Amino acid sequence: MENFTPVSALIGGALIGLGALLLYLFSGRIAGISGIASNALFNRDGRSWRLAFVAGILIGPLLVGLVSSNFNYSTPEFNWQLIVGGLLVGIGTGWGSGCTSGHGICGISRLSVRSIVATLIFMLAGMLIATLLH
Amino acid sequence: MPVLIALVAGILMSAGIAYSKMIDPEKVLGFLTLNTRWDPSLILVMVGALAVYASGYWLFAGKQRPFFAEHFHLPSKRELDKPLVLGSALFGAGWGLVGYCPGPALAALSSGSSATLAFVVAMIAGWFISRRWSI
Repeated sequence: MENFTPVSALIGGALIGLGALLLYLFSGRIAGISGIASNALFNRDGRSWRLAFVAGILIGPLLVGLVSSNFNYSTPEFNWQLIVGGLLVGIGTGWGSGCTSGHGICGISRLSVRSIVATLIFMLAGMLIATLLH
Repeated sequence: MPVLIALVAGILMSAGIAYSKMIDPEKVLGFLTLNTRWDPSLILVMVGALAVYASGYWLFAGKQRPFFAEHFHLPSKRELDKPLVLGSALFGAGWGLVGYCPGPALAALSSGSSATLAFVVAMIAGWFISRRWSI
């Protein structure tokens, strides 16, 4: 448990929930990052707000870096797993209609059975693959 | 107004992804990998996000329309079909392989890492494939 960071996890999580809630209560939209980003790219309708949302996702960490002095994080090594993983995440969230944000946060909060099932499946599949490979 | 709301929502969400360290694939793999060094932090990220979103959602559950839009856009599908189950399993496999889900991968682009960029390009190709070939 030496890597456990409960305080930053809870505060960061609350910020994620707050951003998603803002989009829902003010604009009536589900804050599913995979759905919004893929529609921003492949759907002409409603492109402007989706592009603005993606721009926000891109600049958020830069703002955290400005505010917090010891903010740093690792990025992966360049290898074949990266390409296979990216394809699987793209195809999977496309077919499964959502990812950690849309199903895991917004869907579970609405008590959507589809989202609860999807979240259980991707959590278990993620744990299975990660535990076997790492 | 929709553009400004979406921009602020995106910034808040990715600031949370960064602050909680979920932007770091090693941190996420520390949760997904079940061993003696298991890191339960991701559970508390979910707890914090669900506590805020679910309270707000149910507090305003009787509301007819959003503050700055005509109506709420909610998914209408109810059945547990093959695309949901198979898609979520494939997504989980990719997540466990690299430690990136879509939000953290996009958020980490600002690091300038070419490996992160390669993952995002592959993910976008995956989105294209999922639209081209439905199951």
